[in-house]
Amino acid sequence: MDNLGLLADGLGAALTPENLMYAAIGVLLGTFVGVLPGIGPAMAVALLLPVTFGLEPTQAFIMFAGIYYGGMYGGSTTSILLNTPGESSSVMTAIEGNKMAKKGRAAQALATAAIGSFIAGTIGTLLVVFFAPILADFAVTIGAPSFFAIIVLAMVLVTSLLGESKLRGWISLFLGLTFGLIGMDLNTGQPRLDFGRPELGGRLDIVIVAVGIFALGEALWVAAHLRRKPLEIIPVGQPWMGKDDWGRSWKPWLRGTAIGFPFGAVPAGGAETPTFLSYLLERKLAKKKDEFGNGAIEGVAGPEAANNASAAGTFVPLLAMGIPVTATSAVMLAALTSYGIQPGPQLMTDHSDLVWTLLASLLIGNALLLVLNLPLAPLWAKLLSIPRPQLYAGILFFASLGAYAASQRAFDILLLLVFGLVGFMMRRFAFPVLPLIIGVILGPLMETRFREALAISGGDLDALWSEKLGVGLYVIAALVIVVPLVLKARRPSNPSDPDGTDGSTGPSDSDGSDNEKELVH
Amino acid sequence: MSTETAVPETREKSQDKAQYGVAALLAAIGAYTLYDATTLTVGFADPVGPKMFPYVIGSVMLVLAVLLVLATLRGDTPKAEEGEDVDLTHPADWLTVVKLVAVLLITIACVNWLGWAIVGAFLFAGAAWSLGSRTVIRDVLVGVVMSVGSWYGFYVGLGIPLTPGILDGIL
Repeated sequence: MDNLGLLADGLGAALTPENLMYAAIGVLLGTFVGVLPGIGPAMAVALLLPVTFGLEPTQAFIMFAGIYYGGMYGGSTTSILLNTPGESSSVMTAIEGNKMAKKGRAAQALATAAIGSFIAGTIGTLLVVFFAPILADFAVTIGAPSFFAIIVLAMVLVTSLLGESKLRGWISLFLGLTFGLIGMDLNTGQPRLDFGRPELGGRLDIVIVAVGIFALGEALWVAAHLRRKPLEIIPVGQPWMGKDDWGRSWKPWLRGTAIGFPFGAVPAGGAETPTFLSYLLERKLAKKKDEFGNGAIEGVAGPEAANNASAAGTFVPLLAMGIPVTATSAVMLAALTSYGIQPGPQLMTDHSDLVWTLLASLLIGNALLLVLNLPLAPLWAKLLSIPRPQLYAGILFFASLGAYAASQRAFDILLLLVFGLVGFMMRRFAFPVLPLIIGVILGPLMETRFREALAISGGDLDALWSEKLGVGLYVIAALVIVVPLVLKARRPSNPSDPDGTDGSTGPSDSDGSDNEKELVH
Repeated sequence: MSTETAVPETREKSQDKAQYGVAALLAAIGAYTLYDATTLTVGFADPVGPKMFPYVIGSVMLVLAVLLVLATLRGDTPKAEEGEDVDLTHPADWLTVVKLVAVLLITIACVNWLGWAIVGAFLFAGAAWSLGSRTVIRDVLVGVVMSVGSWYGFYVGLGIPLTPGILDGIL
């Protein structure tokens, strides 16, 4: 196969001792930061971006890949050992994983999570190798009107399939779109919403937005509500699995991979839905049903594989069309663009060597993760007991360093603070973060495509529905908005949730304990 | 920040009045976006122009602000985010947040003058103190190690000289 040959070239480029060292550093840093309580994978990647400043793109990508998988794995370690998942995608892992840990099987839970992540990540990356070029070939042929429609659909899906309240999702999206307006208008060169500040004349640095909303917002939010009593941390031994555990894990790994990848590859809101589905499926298929809710290994293996496979799947729209569908891939996109690489249909042809190196790096990072993290798990668990004042002071330190280092402007730390306060407000008022990030990133792209489409047609709005594909996508977007409303109208209304807080879209609950109640009873 | 001052921490069916503040903020953002768009000029051969997106986004923002007011009137309350270190059973600790913001503002004001190595150490120690740490000397030492270490890390490892500030020539 052609693709495999290109991947082999990518592996050849990535597999030098120096690069392996960068990959190892990335995995260690990523896990280190990801394990820290309160830090999810997106925040880990955003915080660690400055570390890769000044590296060659190839080495930077290899390090990203390590950071990315390390951050993901670190997040699941935290949720298994603390039972308070840092991000929605590990809610399901936490349910059974923490029960296992309480029963003294923390080592097995961590092992099945690590090996499951490795298998799902490897299969997922190989699937990306096959699907991304096909999608990119197709994406090159579609015109600006359809591309505009794709972006509209991605926004609608991310906004209305996630979160408890659709109103809050839309508010987040439009806040993001407003932030996306800031800076120079690409056609006319006029600054918009710049408040007269020359620093706002360019485009907003997405890394600052992401670090502000994720890291600083989280730190401020935690500061306002710091837990007085320390959480109970479960000690871990060396992760290992008995024969019985292997027998019970391998099928959930593969099923989780199969469920997770497609959800990541279509912009349907990342890992929440597939991890939830995988959990339900494993519970249904389990031989010892009574063990579910009391620490069943299948309930860790399946969702964790689904989580990683969907994370790999997000690379398909990211690389082929430049559309991020999760917070983490949004930050990855920001990272790629900081190297002057604009993901999109042309990426696969213009920078194909980089793409294949990145994909090869993902495979390497994933393998290194397994090699490094199984033995190091007890060490990582120790990180959970870092005193909180120093931990969050450290997050503030690195967030500010990251914002400042890029262009050494004090104004950037001020921007970081502003977005930190926005992030704080979003947590206080339950606004979902992802639609905002998607809005900031896709808003400008959407405007470009829109103006492109209308410039060709001379301002005739009919151009927007001139392509069949675009029309089809609008129909899907309309259905996604309308169908839940109709379903809700046909159901007896619930006065306590006036703005569409219904459960018809699956695991919309961001709160682990409530999900648990729902599932266990 | 003025919007979050009156925070009722109860989960009762009462209205969350602070949401009106959020709605006002959203309306202000929407209105300013619309105003800002009116100051732009349209170029040649650009049928859409730079104004259309701000007009649409600003208008929708105003509508969303109204919808948020309506939802709040009907008793909609947000479910604040939980997390590993978050305990929502206590009322919010605003003093800590204000201290942290103050530490960051001092950092912003001084970073170009004093340089990263000094301000970074202050940032770490100040933030740790704000969050309740009372091991000040240890925090300052850790902060100095981190900020000087990151200065040299960026300079030696990545070739980026961060602002030396008043330590110019010493570092």
